[in-house]
Amino acid sequence: MEILRTVLPFTFLLIVVAPFLGNYIYKVLDGQKHFMLPIFGKPEKVIYKLSSVNFSESMDFKKYCLALLTFHFFGFVILFILLSTQRWLPFNPQHVDNMNWHTALNTSISFVTNTNWQSYAGETGLSYFSQMIGLTVQNFVSAATGIAVFAALVRGITGQTVQSIGNFWVDLTRSVLYILLPLSIIWAVLLAGEGVVQNINPYTEAITLEGVTQIIPQGPAASQIAIKQLGTNGGGFFNTNSAHPLENPTPFSNFLELFAILLIPVSLTFTYSKMVKSPGQGRVLFAVMSILFLSGLAISLYSEYQPSEIWGNLSYMEGKETRNGIAGSVLWSEVTTAASSGSVNTMHDSLSPLSGMVAMVNMMIGEVIFGGVGAGMYSMIIFVILTVFIAGLMVGRTPEFLGKKIEAFEIKMCMLAVLAPAIVILIFSAIACCIPAGLSGLNNTGPHGLSEILYAFGSTAGNNGSSFAGLNVHSIFYNILTAVGMLIGRFGVIIPVLAIAGNLGQKKITPVSQGTFRTDNWLFGGLLIAIILIVGGLTFFPVLSLGPVAEHFLLQNGILF
Amino acid sequence: MTNHKFIDRKILLEAVKGAFIKLNPHSLIKNPVIFIVALGAVVTSIITIFNSQLANVEHCFSIFHFQLSLWLWITVLFANFSESIAEGRGKAQAESLKANRSQTKARKLTDGKEEMIAASLLKKDDIVICEAGDTIPSDGEIIEGIASVDESAITGESAPVIRESGGDRNAVTGGTKVLSDRMIIKITSDAGNTFIDRMISLVEGAQRKKTPNEIALTILLISLSVIFIIAVATLPAFFGYSLKASGLPLSQNLTLPVLIALLVCLIPTTIGGLLSAIGISGMDRLMKRNVIATSGHAIEAAGDVDVLLLDKTGTITFGNRMAHEFIPAENIDLITLANAAQLSSLSDETPEGRSVVVLAKEKYGIRKQDLTKMDADFVPFTAQTRMSGVDIRISGKRKQIRKGSVEAIRSFILNNNGYFPKQTEEKAKELAQMGATPLIVAEDNHVLGIIHLKDTVKGGIKQRFAQLRKMGIRTVMITGDNPLTAAAIAAEAGVDDFLAEAKPEDKLQRIRDEQAKGHLVGMIGDGTNDAPALAQSDVGIAMNNGTQAAREAGNMVDLDSNPTKLIEVVEVGKQLLMTRGALTTFSIANDVAKYFAIIPAIAVSLYAGTSENGVLSVLNIMKLSSPENAVLSAVIFNALIIILLIPLALKGVKYRTEPVTTSLIRNLLIYGLGGLITPFIGIKLIDMILQLF
Repeated sequence: MEILRTVLPFTFLLIVVAPFLGNYIYKVLDGQKHFMLPIFGKPEKVIYKLSSVNFSESMDFKKYCLALLTFHFFGFVILFILLSTQRWLPFNPQHVDNMNWHTALNTSISFVTNTNWQSYAGETGLSYFSQMIGLTVQNFVSAATGIAVFAALVRGITGQTVQSIGNFWVDLTRSVLYILLPLSIIWAVLLAGEGVVQNINPYTEAITLEGVTQIIPQGPAASQIAIKQLGTNGGGFFNTNSAHPLENPTPFSNFLELFAILLIPVSLTFTYSKMVKSPGQGRVLFAVMSILFLSGLAISLYSEYQPSEIWGNLSYMEGKETRNGIAGSVLWSEVTTAASSGSVNTMHDSLSPLSGMVAMVNMMIGEVIFGGVGAGMYSMIIFVILTVFIAGLMVGRTPEFLGKKIEAFEIKMCMLAVLAPAIVILIFSAIACCIPAGLSGLNNTGPHGLSEILYAFGSTAGNNGSSFAGLNVHSIFYNILTAVGMLIGRFGVIIPVLAIAGNLGQKKITPVSQGTFRTDNWLFGGLLIAIILIVGGLTFFPVLSLGPVAEHFLLQNGILF
Repeated sequence: MTNHKFIDRKILLEAVKGAFIKLNPHSLIKNPVIFIVALGAVVTSIITIFNSQLANVEHCFSIFHFQLSLWLWITVLFANFSESIAEGRGKAQAESLKANRSQTKARKLTDGKEEMIAASLLKKDDIVICEAGDTIPSDGEIIEGIASVDESAITGESAPVIRESGGDRNAVTGGTKVLSDRMIIKITSDAGNTFIDRMISLVEGAQRKKTPNEIALTILLISLSVIFIIAVATLPAFFGYSLKASGLPLSQNLTLPVLIALLVCLIPTTIGGLLSAIGISGMDRLMKRNVIATSGHAIEAAGDVDVLLLDKTGTITFGNRMAHEFIPAENIDLITLANAAQLSSLSDETPEGRSVVVLAKEKYGIRKQDLTKMDADFVPFTAQTRMSGVDIRISGKRKQIRKGSVEAIRSFILNNNGYFPKQTEEKAKELAQMGATPLIVAEDNHVLGIIHLKDTVKGGIKQRFAQLRKMGIRTVMITGDNPLTAAAIAAEAGVDDFLAEAKPEDKLQRIRDEQAKGHLVGMIGDGTNDAPALAQSDVGIAMNNGTQAAREAGNMVDLDSNPTKLIEVVEVGKQLLMTRGALTTFSIANDVAKYFAIIPAIAVSLYAGTSENGVLSVLNIMKLSSPENAVLSAVIFNALIIILLIPLALKGVKYRTEPVTTSLIRNLLIYGLGGLITPFIGIKLIDMILQLF
């Protein structure tokens, strides 16, 4: 009952709202008329006027990529300087000190790449200025970048012998102004109404009933949490993220925040249908993502509710907020790892081995189950192209996807995008397993320790940002290694994706015929699931079996870590 | 082209030899996946030998390592073997072609003087003489004369063909034999670059470049291999960690041979080993159908073709107008008309004339009449009268029977003070609009009726086009007829579209238009004026009896000169691609079982606690007997599956004309699901056999 009460309204509302939002996003990205234009149309023009970049230019792959990378580079530099000098900057009532270089490096890369991996604690590590001007800005633009890349890719797929895949500046501005900003305003107001703090006061000191002094942190939380959830960023205002009572005070705020994570990623499947002018295409992706999502959720719930003799036949409550309960916590853990958000309302380290593994698998297969805003879609399309290539041959034609021939270049880029995160997870985890700097961060031993390391690199490579939290990552070793992991995980995918967009755009569209391999029916959906699971599974099966799988069987034998 | 047996002894022996020759690193590196296996085999062998030399008790000769290296080498040899055997048939063919070529002498004509030189010394534009019994020394064009030529050396067809100067039948091929008459030939290609030379190099695979799809697939396979190399290379780190966590010494970490075994099992060796065999056998299958492709790319493109341009004449229709029916004029008996029609056509030796005689005989039972009794006087067809016929005397009365076009007969009748009936005129017009040709039969001053001449559509062609439609291929009929005639025939033959009153440049334009819309166009042609269109089309099949220009413009040559061959070529192309997809899917699906064999085997000691076997032994769902046997079984299965799938690679996955979803589901069940399940059974069986030793 608890499960149904938690899961059903959530899924129902998503399915109702997503098509409308998806259609709206399509209009925004396509430059059509929509109801937000009268409100934000002026500011859009002002922004274009104020900045000196050419907004009417249609960019080919190289220009688009260059614009994107330049923008991110400067975003990174500014954020890095901001974090390293926050002590001398305004809005710092708690007199938080400057961040050390490696944490600042890690944090700026983390927010620029939409990962929001946090090796610092929000309450003690950041000033309000850093939170508002530094992180919140990146929360918006990194999410908007995801949408932009998605739009560019689809333009490449649908374009008939064109060079242009859009204009990065326009995509970025519109995504922020028309999609992320209005939604964030609504969410911020709703959340503040539920009691999420929104001020710039110094921290409050309170004396508890036991007579202990307690410091209650304050800050402009609601506004940042809104975009953190909506933009699948996930970087908490406070250290314990959405398990913190001031970040997530009520059941309704919990629902709102959870809903916000999946809202845009789910809607984008509908946007996709609109963009490729074939309702079936997005529907298949929606179905595939939903099936993978619900299967993961089912496995997690099953293993969490499985009574174990070790703790007197009760379910696993360790590490969970009692007010969220098991279903509420597990649903969140599934949503946040599927959607590349990384915000948490429970301690993932304390999940059962199997649900911990589900969370890891969600990240390892490349964050394609709805995934990050935009990122989930473009990563999924990579798998779609791979599936078309492998299975499409079996209908006796060289593979084509939406009329575009899939050839050597596309396969090269697709495999690069699949390889990049896999390399990070396997090689970096292996390094961490071998050297003392890596092992010293561990809280636990045995297979669980291995899971902690794997999770950390799975989360950074997948640009998720949630952590198992058993691993102490506040060290030069982890700060640097995860930072590199996040960069590879983000741009190691984005650049190949844009290259594919550019290359596909130049190709002719082969008209659909009876002999065409269809990508909009249940058969293709099944194939896609198989390819995702097999490619992901084959890559990570050995290491997963030494980590969570071994732990699971040990647990059944009554051995804990 | 004569050897249609699947595999014969000689080819088999050659292939075994070839498998060893291909161990040369230079040829191995062309196949990256198998190259990795070979490297692994070298390393394991070195370890085996090295360990056996350490003559202490613990490190004595390891049977396990020895077996492992043996099977890795076998894997490489099997992959090489598959390629060799695919090349084998082509090679045998090339041998016989070469034998034919080397002995040839040419009678070169220089300034009117004849000299004997070796064919290999001929250059382009040389002039040679060929007489009955000579072998034509090189490719050329006949500039003078006509001769019958035995082209069985290249076509396998022993019936002689006529070659003559001028027109579209002037090309001769080096290596073919002149049976009668004499001709003078201008050589059109240098030695070493003749049609037969190209055929030899094609069948030998010497010039075989990787096709675009093969390149893409190879990239996929290499990338998958890289993923597995990383997965396997990082394993010792995770394993070392787990050993420490289980309280075991690091010396128990995974050994190199075991890691290599795991890697070889995971990388896609099945498709990697068979990929080039699939490509070569695609060419081979075409060759069995007497089609030579100048590149593998052309075959691949054939699978993609979605528009076929077909010449009406010869492909869709027999090309001759045939008498279809007799339509009598008012008050005329049908038999009278048939009789007169036959009489008027008896002297007409054209196919049309003959068809009138046949129709009268077969449909109306009119036997050939004894003309001597009638004192017959034949009136042959002339350009002035535009009609033919006969003057006969029956019971003393002179009768003039004529047949010809509407206009010619009208003036004939009017000259004889007769009357041309309106009803006949209208009927004739109607027939013309249907695409038929009406011939009027008249006797003296009155019209007897109409002979309905019709271009006959080949039997079964409509079904063929329906099949093509199901395959997603649109057919376009090209004809010089007027649009009305074209439309009528198009409807009857069931083509999707037609191009009427087509000039060569219209053909070219049509191909360009289709290509601009994203279609891939296939066409077949023979004449010199087809050359530009053949060159422009994605798959251009030139007929062997066509001109040299056409043969060079196309990317395939049909030795049988059979226009319907295009359809078979498309099927071969599709089959080739399907086979590649099926084996790739099979290869990847195989890995799941191999993991379940090897991972529990290597992790047997981990987290064992007090029990005998480690916690991951649960994953040993196949209940394999021992860790060593588990690893070996997986490696052996991996090697054997290559050899077992060679017949499939050579014959290709069966292609059926059916909706793509149906064939996709079947292939997925066989090669996807089958690929998932087969290794579980295979590995278990091999393990059971290994237990016997």
